[in-house]
Amino acid sequence: MDPRTTVINERLSRTGRIIAVSSGKGGVGKSLVATTLALTLSRKGCKVGLFDLDFTSPSTHLIMGVKNVPLKEDKGIIPPVVKGLAYMSLIHFSGDQPTPLRGADISSALIELLAVTQWGKLDFLVIDMPPGISDAVLDLIRLVKRIEFLIVTTPSLLAFETVKKQVRLLQDLKVPIIGVVENMKTSNAENIKHETEKLGTKFLTGIPYDPEIEDAIGDVTRLLKTALAQKISEVVASNITK
Amino acid sequence: MHEWALAEAIITAAQQIAEKEKLREIREVTIKIGELQQVEREILRFALSQLKPATFKNAQFHITKAKTTLKCRVCGNTWMFSKNKLDEDTAEAIHFVPEVAHAYIKCPKCGSPDFEITKGRGIWLENIKGVR
Repeated sequence: MDPRTTVINERLSRTGRIIAVSSGKGGVGKSLVATTLALTLSRKGCKVGLFDLDFTSPSTHLIMGVKNVPLKEDKGIIPPVVKGLAYMSLIHFSGDQPTPLRGADISSALIELLAVTQWGKLDFLVIDMPPGISDAVLDLIRLVKRIEFLIVTTPSLLAFETVKKQVRLLQDLKVPIIGVVENMKTSNAENIKHETEKLGTKFLTGIPYDPEIEDAIGDVTRLLKTALAQKISEVVASNITK
Repeated sequence: MHEWALAEAIITAAQQIAEKEKLREIREVTIKIGELQQVEREILRFALSQLKPATFKNAQFHITKAKTTLKCRVCGNTWMFSKNKLDEDTAEAIHFVPEVAHAYIKCPKCGSPDFEITKGRGIWLENIKGVR
């Protein structure tokens, strides 16, 4: 028997809410939304953890400009504090090496980190999920009892089509969905809002496409001044901390 | 000490099995540790002795090490893991999360990082014995 799964919920027992930021497809700004959400909650005075579970394409460290942070051990691994967040990512172990992991390897690494990370007391744990409905998503739903999802899409029907599948899966599994964020909007069209509501899910906000967001990568102060951060801050106030 | 977190998982898992099997006392716990994760047997043993609850008070912990076998998914080559070929930082990274071996180890025959850990990955609860 693999003993590791038995302690996962104990490790997360002092965490308030566990928010998985997810998307149907890659490239929709999921990691930017996850990082900004975690930083926004932290700046509002909450104790926040950020867990980058996009193992094969981690990017939250680049968004925050994190380089080589030492890990501490105390009856497990203590996540280093980065920009005010308790921060865990596979990059602490793999550095910038490509890490080609198959589904079963991703599951096993995920279970290992969930079993040995001592998060301590947190108000929120924000998880940057891999895109789609992969093994990691299914494992996390199976193993983390109190998980809830925030889903990111773009106005593209191609992106939203995969969101529909994800929403249906989460609904079938009775996993709470906070709502859908539409990122990179280039018009005032409301079709994604209407389609989201048709799924019985809350439309949280539309974030305008910002060509300058790329310049904020690696600079947290600048990131928190973007339109994206402003919109996330509104979502936090109206849907997460209220 | 990473071993403490793993010891806690072993105790919790063994307790769950004991409850399911209606064992009132655990006498023997057999644990296998894969070489890849490089778990320190004596630290693990000490952690187990400190963490064990009353139902485990007479329990013997048998900890056996398993050699790690890797198999290349590209050329089919099979080879044994050796910690001696790794620098200290790499060995430590693999100790924390054995799957990051894929970032550092390549098939010695064809150079592919796409391999399977067929045996000896990490920690495994092999068997428990007790009295009803």
